[in-house]
Amino acid sequence: MFFGGIDIGASATKAALIDDSGRLLGSAMLRSGVDFTGSAQKGMEMALAQAGLEAGQVDGIFACGYGRKNAAMAQETRTEIACHAAGAYHHFPQALTVVDIGGQDNKIIKLNAQGLRTSFKMNRKCAAGTGAFLEEMALRLDLPLESLNGLAEKATEEATLGAFCTVFTATEVLSKIRDGVRIEALVKGLFRSVVKRVMEMDIFEGTVVMTGGVAEHNPYLAEMLSLELGREVLLPPLPQLNGAWGAAILARDFRARQLASE
Amino acid sequence: MSEKTPPIQATKMMKKLMADHFLALDRAAAEGSPKVAWCTSVGPAELLIAMGFEVYYPENHGALLGASRMATDTIPVANALGYSPEICSYLTADVGAFLKGITPLTKAYGIKGVPKPDVLVFNTNQCRDVQDWFEWYGRHFGVPAIGVRTHRGVGEVRDYMVADVAQQIKDLIPTLEQVSGNKFDIDRLREVVGLSKQCTEQWRAVLEYGARVPAQMNFFDHTIHMAPAVVLRGRPEAVEYYDTLLAELVEREKAGYSAVPGERLRLYWDGMPVWGRLRMLAELMNELKAAIVCSTYCNSWIFGAFDANDPFESMARAYTELFIVRDEAYKENYMLEHVKRYGCQGIIFHDAKTCPNNSNSRYGLPQRFAEVHGVPSLVINGDLNDLRCFSDEQAKTNIEAFVEQIEEAAA
Repeated sequence: MFFGGIDIGASATKAALIDDSGRLLGSAMLRSGVDFTGSAQKGMEMALAQAGLEAGQVDGIFACGYGRKNAAMAQETRTEIACHAAGAYHHFPQALTVVDIGGQDNKIIKLNAQGLRTSFKMNRKCAAGTGAFLEEMALRLDLPLESLNGLAEKATEEATLGAFCTVFTATEVLSKIRDGVRIEALVKGLFRSVVKRVMEMDIFEGTVVMTGGVAEHNPYLAEMLSLELGREVLLPPLPQLNGAWGAAILARDFRARQLASE
Repeated sequence: MSEKTPPIQATKMMKKLMADHFLALDRAAAEGSPKVAWCTSVGPAELLIAMGFEVYYPENHGALLGASRMATDTIPVANALGYSPEICSYLTADVGAFLKGITPLTKAYGIKGVPKPDVLVFNTNQCRDVQDWFEWYGRHFGVPAIGVRTHRGVGEVRDYMVADVAQQIKDLIPTLEQVSGNKFDIDRLREVVGLSKQCTEQWRAVLEYGARVPAQMNFFDHTIHMAPAVVLRGRPEAVEYYDTLLAELVEREKAGYSAVPGERLRLYWDGMPVWGRLRMLAELMNELKAAIVCSTYCNSWIFGAFDANDPFESMARAYTELFIVRDEAYKENYMLEHVKRYGCQGIIFHDAKTCPNNSNSRYGLPQRFAEVHGVPSLVINGDLNDLRCFSDEQAKTNIEAFVEQIEEAAA
């Protein structure tokens, strides 16, 4: 049997197709844009093509993310919190603290050893410490977004940025540039800011897993978080796809329960 | 159980009562008689009614500004005047609306503006903001702004606190006599306090219908039907209204209605309503088949201590016993007792940006509920009136995820 998951996030739409063992058969990633329904459709078609499957062969699709209600092909919707939890637990079946850094919001999800959520938290309305924060800063520094990870990694110094607010941080960054602080040090300071925002959201317990697009494109963030926490921070195979993969896992489990009750 | 719940019929009566209330205030302000007193919602309203005033409640007007979503346009006017966006958005919405010369009362009742006060009487048991709010109008109209300053962070309500507040209420009398031209009459006060006591017991009985399984009323119903307990307590109309509502609730229960058709989850709400998003939240909860069966906010208009035989002391006690005035240990115990009695599986804390006194999630209470009592909680960020502080999408995702979490654990 085959199952699908579609995660229509604020920035990107992700699609995943799995078999009943949870193995990934096909996936896709594209910008969500303004047509969530169209992006979901296109994403799933791309994933089907990669997996060599027809739509009719898929036994269940779940959708999550801000555009979850727009996925016409999905039988059910779940929150991205449920799906990131399911995705992380699929790869690391143990008590977890899942840190999902998304385009617009951050989430800390705690799971017990059985994979049941015991609590979750989302960042407040402010987007400080999210993907949007890094995007804004890259723009201010006139840097390609994809260059940030490499710059932070090779920094030998780190700029201290104290502001909480994105706009105030931008002002601080401009003042540091004026003072001649190297760009690598600034970017590492920005990464530290993301790590701090995440760490002040909750207490981290058990094994820590980082998911989401920001972690995928900036794995150095996981290293920095790991140093702060004093323990390893794990990344699933495809952190950005984790929500969609988790949605597919939930679709599979749902179908299994249906079959068991028939 | 019915899958379709017909609307509560008593609502029509309530609408008429509210219209009569505002029209009487409008008439009094226009004719100069009886005199108009503005009063905080948990203030010494009984004394004002006994002294012959028509009583107007600015907090009720603040809620109307929020529910009509006019607040979003009026708050910035007060902000520009130097009243911070961080302070009570009832205050900023109300002062801003006054300066813009608009009110939701125009659309609802054809009234041009709020009734001009002859005196303003506050009680700081809710917060200090009400005092600043009333003093602004006091300066504007050149009328007295007087009040009661309640003790805060109260554990056990001690006799000295009650004696102090009772004396403060008595000290209001000379000014009220002067403004109203009426002599204080203790027998009339006893009568009004007696009516308030009746109203409060009926309101308690209405709220108890939330404890039924399935709940007969939910938080969103309560925010509507609490209006007479807020603005008409101390008057016979409120007693008649709740008699009617309670009789209807008996019949509705017999008919098998429920507030949320197909109820499968019960929750407690702590904090202020998000007035401008009540419909959206009610629809979301219906969709999730989750009933909010009890709330700190709507319970705040139960004043069990009222006693017609001892009006001053009992008013002082009732207005000091309030949840909002109490210490953290009392609040935790109070909420836990209600969570258990109403069969709630979780708590939604609304952390209202501009209302710290009604936001109880800021000192670790949700974590204590989870760790000590095993009750899961969700904190949503928002505001009572300032929708700039509220994200629909974030609130929806949070609430849906919270319901998922509780259902997962139950499965």
